[in-house]
Parts: sequence; C-alpha cells; structure tokens
Amino acid sequence: MEKIANQKAWFLVLPVFAVVAFSAVIPLMTVVNYSVQDTFGNNKFFWNGVGWYQELLSPSTELGGRFLASLWRNLIFSAVVLAIEIPLGIVVALAMPRQGRGVAFSLVVLALPLLIPWNVVGTIWQIFGRSDIGLLGYVLNRLGFDYNYVAYPIDAWATIIVMDVWHWSSLVALLCYAGLKSIPEAFYQAASIDGASRWAVFTAIQLPKMQRVLLIAGLLRFMDSFMIYTEPFVVTGGGPGNSTTFISIELVKLALGQFDLGKAAAMSLVYELIILIICWVFYTVMTNAGQERRIEREAA
Amino acid sequence: MDSIPGRRLILAAFMIFLLLPIYWLINMSFKGNVEITSTMSLWPEQPTLANYRVIFTDASWYSGYLNSLSYVLINMILSVALALPAAYAFSRYRFMGDKHLFFWLLSNRMAPAAVFALPFFNLYSAIGLFDTPWAVALAHCLFNIPLAVWILEGFISGVPREIDETAFLDGYSFPRFFVKILMPLIASGIGVAAFFCFMFSWVELLLARTLTSVDAKPIAAIMTRTVSAAGMDWGVLAAAGVLTLVPGAIVIWFVRNYIARGFALGRV
Repeated sequence: MEKIANQKAWFLVLPVFAVVAFSAVIPLMTVVNYSVQDTFGNNKFFWNGVGWYQELLSPSTELGGRFLASLWRNLIFSAVVLAIEIPLGIVVALAMPRQGRGVAFSLVVLALPLLIPWNVVGTIWQIFGRSDIGLLGYVLNRLGFDYNYVAYPIDAWATIIVMDVWHWSSLVALLCYAGLKSIPEAFYQAASIDGASRWAVFTAIQLPKMQRVLLIAGLLRFMDSFMIYTEPFVVTGGGPGNSTTFISIELVKLALGQFDLGKAAAMSLVYELIILIICWVFYTVMTNAGQERRIEREAA
Repeated sequence: MDSIPGRRLILAAFMIFLLLPIYWLINMSFKGNVEITSTMSLWPEQPTLANYRVIFTDASWYSGYLNSLSYVLINMILSVALALPAAYAFSRYRFMGDKHLFFWLLSNRMAPAAVFALPFFNLYSAIGLFDTPWAVALAHCLFNIPLAVWILEGFISGVPREIDETAFLDGYSFPRFFVKILMPLIASGIGVAAFFCFMFSWVELLLARTLTSVDAKPIAAIMTRTVSAAGMDWGVLAAAGVLTLVPGAIVIWFVRNYIARGFALGRV
C-alpha cells in the first residue's frame, strides 16, 4: 500500500511532537549543558570543555574506572541473560500447545511475570532468596550450599540472573510462539511426507520462520537488560560492594546521590549514545521486516 | 508433528518456576510476622488478614495506591489520545521528516530512565509540578507516547485504506470518520495500547520516585522505603506486593493474545 504525500499530516503529529519534545529535548539540553561545565556550588558554573568526557573514558581516573567497570558488568549481565533466555524461550514456545484450552491457560501463566511492577519483582526475589524466610534460600542452605546473596557477589549475581530469567523469558517465549503460529500446517505435512526428522523440521522450517521475532526479542531483551535498574536495586542495592552496580545504578548514585552534575551528565550522554546506536539497528530491522512482510502479503 | 518430545514436562516445569515465587509472596502475605520469622511452612498455618488490614486502614499505605493510579490513568488517557492521530498520520501519509520522527520516537521509548531522572527533577521543580501526579504522568509520556504510536500504527495499517476513501466519499468529515469509523475498527488496538501504557507506567519506579516526595508518592516508592527500614514488616510488605499484582491479574485474560504484540511495539 503506497502512502500518499501529505504535508498537512504534520498537524496530526504535532501534539505528540510537542509533548515528547518537551519531555525529551529540554532535559537532554540540560544534560548537555551540565556535561561541559564544572561547579563549586552556589550555582556558579565554569566552562570545562570535554574534561568530563576525558575523565569518563580513561580507566585510570576514579570516574572512568567506575563507569567502565559498570559498563563491563552490564555487558556481561546482558550477554548471560540473553544466552539463557533466548534458548529457553524457544524451547518453551515449542512446548506450548497450539490449540485447545491449554493455549489460553499457558498464555496467561506465561504473561504473569511480565505484568508485575519491577520493584515487586525485586521484592519477590528478595524474599524468596533469603535463607531465613525465603523458600529458595532455605532449601539451598538445607541442601548444604552456603547461599547468601547479601554477602557473596557470586550468589548476588546468580540471584539477579535467575530473577531476570524468571521475569523476561516469557517474553521471548511469547514472541517465538507468535512466530511459530504463523507457520502453515501444510509445511509440516510436506516435511512428514519427506520423512524429515524432528531436528530437520526445527532447523529448516521453524527456525527460519522465527528469525524475525527472535531478532526483535534479542534486541528488546538487550535494551532492557542494558538499562536495568529497579530489580537489582531492590534486591541487592548494587552490592555486595559494587559487584552488582550496573550503569543505571551508578548513574543514579552519581546524579541523585552525590549531585555530581558534570560527571553524571557526561555519563548520561555516553550511555544515551550507546542506546541510540543499538536503537538504530533495532529500527532498521523492524522497518525492513515490515517491508518484507508487505511484499509477502502482496505476493500471496 | 510440530511439538517436541516431553513438552508437557518442560511446560509444567517452566510454569512451576514462574509461579513458585509468586505463590511464596501470597503465602507470606497471609502470615503474621512471628510465623514468618519463626517457622518455614509451605502454607500459612495461622492465616490472618492483619497485613491487608494495615494497608487498607493506614493512609500512608493506601494513599500510595491512589497516587499511583492517578498518574497512571492521566498518563494512559494522555498517551492514547495524543498518539491516535499521530499513528494515523504515520500509517497513511508521507510527510517531511516522517521516518526521522518515527525513529526519534522509538529512541525515546528505549531511553534509559536513569538519564532523565535528574533533568526531570530540575524541569518539573522549575515549572512547579514537582510532587504532583501530573509530573509523573508527563514524565512517563516520554516512553508511553512512542509506545502507543508504534502499537496503534501497526493496528491502523491493518485497516485497508479503501475504508477511509469510501467514508470521505460518503461525506464524512475527518474527525467524524476518525471517531465513528476508524476507532471502532481498531478498538482492540486502542485497548492494547491503553493496557501497555497503563502497565509500563504502573511498573516504573525510578522516575515516579524521583519526581515525588510526600503528596504524590507512589506505592512502589513506599514499598522500597519500608524495605530499607530496620525491623522489617515482612507480612505487610508481602501484602502490599500482592495488591500491586491485582491490576495485571484482572486484565491479563483480556489481553492474553496481544501480549507479544504489545511488547514488540505492534511489530509481531
């Protein structure tokens, strides 16, 4: 369907543009402004050029060390949760019933963690993991593991990763399920006539059909895990030590805890830039997929 | 043919994994604090409603729910109402800068809240909205309007343009066509967009906490305050948590077929 050129459409977009510009552009200008200045209080600011950026990106300074360490932690965290959630989501999607009353039931149960407020997700796992009152912590300690997410970094990481898997695997599963449902029954019949193995059906039919949703799922999960704040903040508060301090937590500490405006602003912009680049990849994937879909539909 | 071996077992195990922590929270919300700290039991041995009574009678607790609901509702109405015409424009017309604008909206949906916390604090303090539901509602527009535009654009693109053209030939004015014909056709899309705006505003903590102090404090912030206090009231915390699950649990049945679509910004 070819779109009509119509400049008046701008009037329809104007309200959205105004509101989003108000809440996005003005704050970003403030951040840019702060990021090139220094202050000794009293609301007096001095030009600092790219000083903060230099400090931020060199590992030897205190700020740079903190930023790069939290960036690394965040990247490792994102990589681990993606490596678990994507395969798990695919397996669960394959295990879901295609028809009958089980469909609605499993959709509802799977969607449940997605609708829980993020701080409550944190609270749930904070309670669940405690060795004195939580089932998980209690059972693990009874089995002889010295599990304590407040004291040991490894345990804190494990808890946060399991929590994220619990929270978001369903999203991957639901997206994959939507992809699987679009496969016509005839494909499977053809495969069974050819005597294709279960594995061949998966690699030759199901996986290619899921490719697009998997890409979307992967990018969404990467973005959200890269911005994670509330859940680890509630469970560990970034500790023990700094072991679970991700970028967002570090940034909030710097901006709202220490009111270190220049440093926080420089960090914000670098953070935002990374997100913007990933976002561009996401957008390209989305729009290309939309075009492919349109071509497919017109061909059909 | 298309299912995998042992699928019932896999599905059941995954569901137990999902439900067990939630069950534990519900279980705890019906226990007294003495029972919580002294015994480990799979169900409440002396079930009590005392925790829920605290929340429903103590204004510092239940006002948190009312505050949250008020900014969430303002945000939901604002986002969907503004997004509808914009989504129509993106779906039907080409205009100057449309692709850039669409991408810019998406980039705001993906922007980390942590980046905006401090500037929002300055901005809303400066215009005198700090500690009101409007501050949080407007701040959440940053990611909810783009979300609503993207979801609604997907739904409107599913409506054939012949319908618009026929309506205009029949003498419908644009606003009348929009309200009488288009909106009923994408009613489920509007529902999905509204639901996701509701949800993402309801689950957000960082901005809501930063932009409020006393009068408009959301339930999420009240809960974290209790978490950090010494001598923790676990039972009440659990009950407060359970009550925040209720809105999601009520609508989940109606949106079950659209969950994937909403999370993928209408692109599945």
